[in-house]
Amino acid sequence: MFFGLGILRGMNITLMNFIRSYTRKRGSGEIGALTTVQYPEERLPEKEKFRNFPFLIYDDKPEDLRCVACDICAQDCPPRCIYIVKETDEAGKPMKKPAVFDIDFTVCMNCGICEEVCPFDAIFMDHEFEIADSDRHDKLLYHRDDLLKTNEHFHKIRPNDGREVDTRLAEAKEAKAKKDEARKKAAEAKAAAKAKAEAEKATEAKEDKPPETEKESDPQ
Amino acid sequence: MTLDEVKRHIEKHLPGVALKPVRESLLVENPLDLPRVVEFLKADGVLQLNYLSSVTGVDYLTFLECVYHLYSMENKTYSLQLRVRVDRENPHVPSLVPIFRGAEFQEREAYDMYGFQFDGHPDLRRILMWDGYVGYPMRKDYKQEDSEVLDRDDIEWLQKHGVSVAEEHIKMAESLQTGGESEQPESEQTEG
Amino acid sequence: MFEKMRVKTKVIDSGKSGLDTQTLEVNVGPQHPSTHGVFRMTIVLDGEVVKSLRPVMGYLHRNHEQIAENITYSASMPYTDRLDYFNSMSNNQAWAMTVEQLAEVEIPDRAEYIRVIMSELTRLVNHVSVIGFLLNDMGAFFTPTLFAFREREKVLDVFEAVSGSRMMCNYLRFGGVNRDLTDDQLGQIKKIVADFPAFLDEFETLLAQNEIVCMRCQNVGVLPAELAINASITGPMLRASGVNYDIRKVDQYSVYDRFEFKIPLGEKGDVYDRYYVRMLEMRESLKILNQALEQIEPGPFMAPKVPACLKNPRNFKPPVGEAYGRVEAPKGELGFYVVSDGSKEPWRYHVRAPSFINLTVLEAMCIGYKLADAIVILGSIDIVLGEVDR
Repeated sequence: MFFGLGILRGMNITLMNFIRSYTRKRGSGEIGALTTVQYPEERLPEKEKFRNFPFLIYDDKPEDLRCVACDICAQDCPPRCIYIVKETDEAGKPMKKPAVFDIDFTVCMNCGICEEVCPFDAIFMDHEFEIADSDRHDKLLYHRDDLLKTNEHFHKIRPNDGREVDTRLAEAKEAKAKKDEARKKAAEAKAAAKAKAEAEKATEAKEDKPPETEKESDPQ
Repeated sequence: MTLDEVKRHIEKHLPGVALKPVRESLLVENPLDLPRVVEFLKADGVLQLNYLSSVTGVDYLTFLECVYHLYSMENKTYSLQLRVRVDRENPHVPSLVPIFRGAEFQEREAYDMYGFQFDGHPDLRRILMWDGYVGYPMRKDYKQEDSEVLDRDDIEWLQKHGVSVAEEHIKMAESLQTGGESEQPESEQTEG
Repeated sequence: MFEKMRVKTKVIDSGKSGLDTQTLEVNVGPQHPSTHGVFRMTIVLDGEVVKSLRPVMGYLHRNHEQIAENITYSASMPYTDRLDYFNSMSNNQAWAMTVEQLAEVEIPDRAEYIRVIMSELTRLVNHVSVIGFLLNDMGAFFTPTLFAFREREKVLDVFEAVSGSRMMCNYLRFGGVNRDLTDDQLGQIKKIVADFPAFLDEFETLLAQNEIVCMRCQNVGVLPAELAINASITGPMLRASGVNYDIRKVDQYSVYDRFEFKIPLGEKGDVYDRYYVRMLEMRESLKILNQALEQIEPGPFMAPKVPACLKNPRNFKPPVGEAYGRVEAPKGELGFYVVSDGSKEPWRYHVRAPSFINLTVLEAMCIGYKLADAIVILGSIDIVLGEVDR
């Protein structure tokens, strides 16, 4: 043992790593192999769960977005960066559609809570991260039309989640159709029974209230 | 030891100290007794609560509360939570810094955020807010000084989205804008 | 507890030079690379020797506690990531544990194992980078840091695949975790754990016995055990002073009682001990990880929503009461004190930040040493300003 042995040993490690960085294949995961890539030209494969900024999803036409402007994401957003106004029809009745859907990307902190709480699978986190701009007031305040993206885009960036969401939505649609049918049948049966009862007891006709037939517009 | 046993244990050794169980903790009724109680707990052979984990304040609107979490480095199974309640207008609490140095920054933070006056603290200054800051931001009745003021940009944005803005807000924004401009000296006078 | 080579150092007395000197006040920071963020020290120097040191903080203050008191419980989770941004998983765990204590939620086994795996990986990430930065502060310019970051990157890749984000994970939820670990990801973690000891050996040989490092570290910034306990110091810093106190052993929270691991202790409490205790702690973390990866079994990763307050996580309202939850975060005891009034937002939310309280003894450790030593001592405390200023 002499003074300087530790230094020499350390330098040996540095030298070995220097050599290994040439001999071992880059990105192979071996100890000493280089892990960096030359960014703008080369890119690492994106992880499926990677989240950056949210986008709104639509199925066929941009007018029919899945979002029903229920305001749940806006209320649950931790930094409150989502602003939603419902669209109204001519009579002034609010519709299940957003007229304004703004997300301030300067405030958004990429937590993904909006995606988690959305009951309609309408908002998801995107992989797009190169959105730098010289104007932070207008260019980074994304409006409804800037946020719209297709279901195909979602399938492209997150294939597994895309499949899962699609099957879930199809199942929900089927269940809803079945439920509607069952409800319709029940209503019909009830109406028939009522008519029958009315015919039988014409005097006590006012007992039952007419069954409510719900007319729900499709959320999609 | 249960909370009740600890209470009796302290009261036996420190006559005159009034304690009251609150939830899972002991309330020291007279804040001036606190250093005595803590010193006793620290030196006590059974409890040995020689590690002060956390000091913090809570605002309950009618009074302020200071909460202390005590643990032990030797007797690892027991922990105790102490609290004192003080008046909102005159929140004087004896400092624990002479007993536990670990209270130094935490008491400064409680002073900064809630306005507790820790008597006996060697260096009671603001720690997170800057010197000369007025008010105690964590109190429930604290109002941010400019929370009512809207920027010109804010007003434009709101109006664009169909939100009507009161006249006084617009006036205030205008005055702020012109005030900000007039602050800048138009021509600097050089002195010989 | 452990053996290491100690190089004999000479203490040079620089006190009496016989010259008529005056003290000099130097501001280190807030924009100084060696203060690890926007931290400022007002140092009074006599020649090169520190006479007094005043830490000044608050440059990154955003009143995290008040923000949390105005949003729901679950919305605080991503904010806790930003406390100590090197260890978001540990911060998540502390906050989740506190709320679970308040609402009395039982967590399934698999979720507990995932939490342990994640927080131990976090410990590796934290210790490896703090050692890198500490050596950087001593003048080993960026070779050890990048050496450490190469390994850290592999763990961050796992975090990204699991949670979606490399640093701001936001992965834990009340009652479990956000999503399950796949077998693929478990395999990835196993490979990291298998490769890590070889890296640690290299990392240790690189500088642990380097004579210059030993001279800079040993007998510098000594923290006696009594002072450490008295000043509420926690974490590797306390253990470096020889006090056997680790919340993983004391509280046995989560499933830590099922693992066998030791608590490395220092002898003197100087900078070298703090450096070396972290090195040894990583090896213990690897032991825990190996056991956890062996013991983890398939199962639910989220508690069935039995308690009334968890039925609808969006409108989560814990019962009236209060809780103090603490975990052994890589920097020390991270505690959350929460008071609930039964509404959607906490009435009081307090963070007991380890690196904030560990700064209490900075002055006591620095007095009498040179200015360059003060930088090294600060580096050995391991502060992150997101947590100090909150």
